[in-house]
Formats: sequence, structure tokens, C-alpha cells
Amino acid sequence: MPVTALDGRVVWRRRTPLAQWAIWCGWFALGVLFVLSWQVMNKNTIWLFVEDAPRQAADLLSRAWPPRWSYLDSLWVPLWDTLNIATLGTALGIVLATPIAFLAARNTTPSVAILRPVALLIIVATRSINSLIWALLLVAIIGPGLLAGIIAIALRSIGFIGKLLYEAIEEIDEAQVEAVRATGASRWQIMDYAVWPQIAPAFAGISVFRWDINIRESTILGLVGAGGIGLQLQSSLARLAWAEVTVIFIVILATVVISEWVSAKVRAAII
Amino acid sequence: MSTPAASTRWTRPPLIGNPWLRWGLYLGVALYLIAAVSTLDVNWLRVLDGLSNGWRVLEGFFAPDFTTRSRDIWQGMEESLTMTVTSTVVGCLISIPIGLGAARNVAPLPVYAVCRSIIAVSRAFQEIIIAILFVAMFGFGPFAGFLTLSFATIGFMAKLLAEDIEDIQEAQAEAIRATGASWWQVVNYGIQPQVMPRLIGLSLYRLDINFRESAVIGIVGAGGIGATLNTAMSRYDYDTAGAILIMIIAVVLVAEYASSHLRKWVQ
Repeated sequence: MPVTALDGRVVWRRRTPLAQWAIWCGWFALGVLFVLSWQVMNKNTIWLFVEDAPRQAADLLSRAWPPRWSYLDSLWVPLWDTLNIATLGTALGIVLATPIAFLAARNTTPSVAILRPVALLIIVATRSINSLIWALLLVAIIGPGLLAGIIAIALRSIGFIGKLLYEAIEEIDEAQVEAVRATGASRWQIMDYAVWPQIAPAFAGISVFRWDINIRESTILGLVGAGGIGLQLQSSLARLAWAEVTVIFIVILATVVISEWVSAKVRAAII
Repeated sequence: MSTPAASTRWTRPPLIGNPWLRWGLYLGVALYLIAAVSTLDVNWLRVLDGLSNGWRVLEGFFAPDFTTRSRDIWQGMEESLTMTVTSTVVGCLISIPIGLGAARNVAPLPVYAVCRSIIAVSRAFQEIIIAILFVAMFGFGPFAGFLTLSFATIGFMAKLLAEDIEDIQEAQAEAIRATGASWWQVVNYGIQPQVMPRLIGLSLYRLDINFRESAVIGIVGAGGIGATLNTAMSRYDYDTAGAILIMIIAVVLVAEYASSHLRKWVQ
């Protein structure tokens, strides 16, 4: 127990002086890093614009309010497209991610040496690129439109669903697998009767969770041309039609809140 | 299980017990898929046309060009990294009082309501939309990105911190309170030691997320490597775009590995 002598008495302290110094040095280093980063980040910042911000904000608000509700009529089709991007993208992502998850899980993979690292690499690589960047690439490749959005959402979902699913597979109860194997079941029968029933609730939960995230992400994919309500947002922003932008923001917010509610209800029903 | 009289063969129970709900769900999904796919309207000629384009993008990925636009790449990377550090520090500092206020066991009801609504607002909109607004107000560049990421960090950190504070062992706070400690002393000696390891872990996790997001918000003009990537793509300069993507993946991997390692070490 670290103590210090004070006027001949022994006083309790939480840390030894050395540990205390190390902690102070750590915080000091963080402070220095912050100040340096701040200076490098702001070397090109025009402070005049920043000082001007409150006036700009007030100006923006006066243009954005009241929302132009008549614009709502032309938003239903893009909204339907957005839902389709998220749902079909999630479905495609699930189809692609499930085999990869089985290949990545230590207890179901056919080869630990070759296939498992490849599957893990796919999971990590697809997860580290945001769906907006996938969309940027895919719009360049297959042209603007819903398909680019769907594939972007699917690719991003592979990593997420694959990771959670393979962790769920690795956590299953081996005793049940053993029991089914003892009946003389084939490899696929073991998958079907021992592994799958154990991960089915997790699978449904993960899918609905990802669908909810994908609704959120698909609303902005249009900014790079991948269809949906983001396309409308892009054109309203380009025309500086802030009253329309407000309507779009409200619609996006409502969609996100509803999808979050649906997803929470479904997950509560499953688990 | 079917009735034993009709058959003694075992059938396994379905995932959804109620047959009406189950078949209704299947029918609904089938109808939706038909409706969704029929309104898809894909221009397959353009897609076929684009596949050769796709080959060029892939080529760029496998033969990245780091040198031609190295100045742009370096500047984008510098902006992204500095933006990540400053926004995480500022966001975490602001989220501590808000997180305290949003924990029902330390804050009175009016403060709780205010802090919870701040969290709800910050979490409702995603980074890109906030970036659009901040770029419109503060002009292009990393300062708008810094504000966006700080704002998003506040919602994330404060929510998790508040939940953590609500989950603490009440006995320790009670013990400190019994010595006659003031509110500040209870927070400092009864609560802070319990949540500190997790707070540091969450900050590191958020550092990781903020870098990923900083690569995206540049697309709407908030600075960072995303802006460089967007420019490269619109110039059809796929070699540079490939180089940028490789750098983003590399930094994300390093950040993820380092942050999970550090989190284990802290906790």
C-alpha cells in the first residue's frame, strides 16, 4: 500500500509517486497532442467565417423555416426507393454474409489454415469501409441508381453481420452438436439440426438490427448518386432550397425513428 | 409436434410458433419482394458498360499511385487525423457533465430531462447530415468536420456514460454519502473510480469511430481524407483513389487493433 510520511505520521495514498507521475505525464502528453492537432487542423481555417457563423445560422434558419410541405408529395417515391435500398441491401448482405460467417467460425470452418483467415479478411475489409465510400466507388463502376446503393449497403453489411454471426456460432453449446453427431448425422445434418437452431434467434436479431442501421445509412447514399431520398437532398442542397431540405430532414428523422422502433419491437419479441 | 395419432414421426418446432403469423409473414415478405424488385428499374446496359470501368477501379486498387498526388493525400490524412484527435478530446470532455446529468441516480429530474434530450438530438441525425449544416454555417474545411464529430461524440459518449453511472454499485456511493460527503465528493470518490476504466475504454473506441467518420464527412465538404477521395473519384483518377482507400483501410485496422489492445490494458 503506497503511503507517505507527513509530520512523522503515515498517510494513505492511492498510488505510488512513480505511478502518479506516469499518469500525470500521460495526461500532459494528451494535452500536448491536442494542442498540436488543433494548430495543424486550423492552419487553413478562416476565422472570419467562424465568427460569422451565428449570423449564417440565423440566416439559414430564416430560409429553412417554415418547411415547404407541398414538397412532401414528390418525396414518397424516393422514400420507397430508400426503403428498398435498405431492405434488399440487407437481404443481399445476409445471403453473402452467412456462408462467410460459417467459414470464419472456428468450430464450423472446413479449413482453419486457409479459408478462415480469408473469411476474416473479407469481414474486416468490408467493415472498415463506410457504405458511402462503397457507394462512391459503385456509382463510378455501375452508374448512378438504386443498384449501386443496394450493393453498397450489402457490402457494408457483410462485415457487420458476418462478425456478429461468427461470434454467435463460436458461442454455441457443443454438447448439442456432439449429441446430433452421435446419431450418425452427416456434416450438413449437424449444421441443420444442431448449429442452426442455436443461432437462429441471434441471426434474426442481427439481421433486424442491421436493417435498422441500413435504413439510416441508405437515406444519405443519394448524396453520391446512389438513389433514394438522398438524391432529392442533394438537388435541394445544390439549389440552396433550404425549406425543402427541412422537409427532407423531417422525413428522414421520422423514418429513422419508426425503423428504430420496429427493430426494437422485433428484437424484443425474438430474444 | 404433430398429433401422435396421425403420425409418430417427429417434426421440429418452427422458429415462429403461431402458424397464422408465420405464413402471413412469409406471404408479406414475398409480396414485398415482388413489389420492390418490380420498381427497381435498373439500366442493365449501363451496368454492363460499367463493368469495364470496374476493372479500371480494381486495377487502381492493385496498382495504387501514392506519389502523383502525395501532397493532397498527405494533407487529407493530416486533416483527418488531427480532426479525429481534437473532436474526440472535446467531445469526451463535454459528454462527461452531460452524461452525469443524464444518469437518473445522480441528477434531479429537470436536469435529467434536459440532458437526455440533448443526447436524443445528437443521436437522431447521422454525421453526414450534421456535417451539411455545419459546412453551411462555418464554411468548408476541417473546422466544420471537427464540430460535426464532436457533436456526434457527445451523444454517443454521454448515453453510454449515463447508462454506466446508472449501473454502478450503489453501496460504494452510499458509503461515501454516509461519511457526510457533498454531491461533488460522492461523484468524485463514489462514482468516478467505478466508471473511469470504462470511460477511457469508450473514448478509445470513439477515437476509432471518429476516424472512420472523418473519412466520410469530407464528401460533403467537411475536410479530411474523404474530400481527397471524392476529388480523386470525380477526376476518374482511380490509381490515387485506390491509394487513398488502402490508406484508410490500413489506418482503420491499426486504430481498431490499437484501441482494442489499449482497452484491454486499461480494464
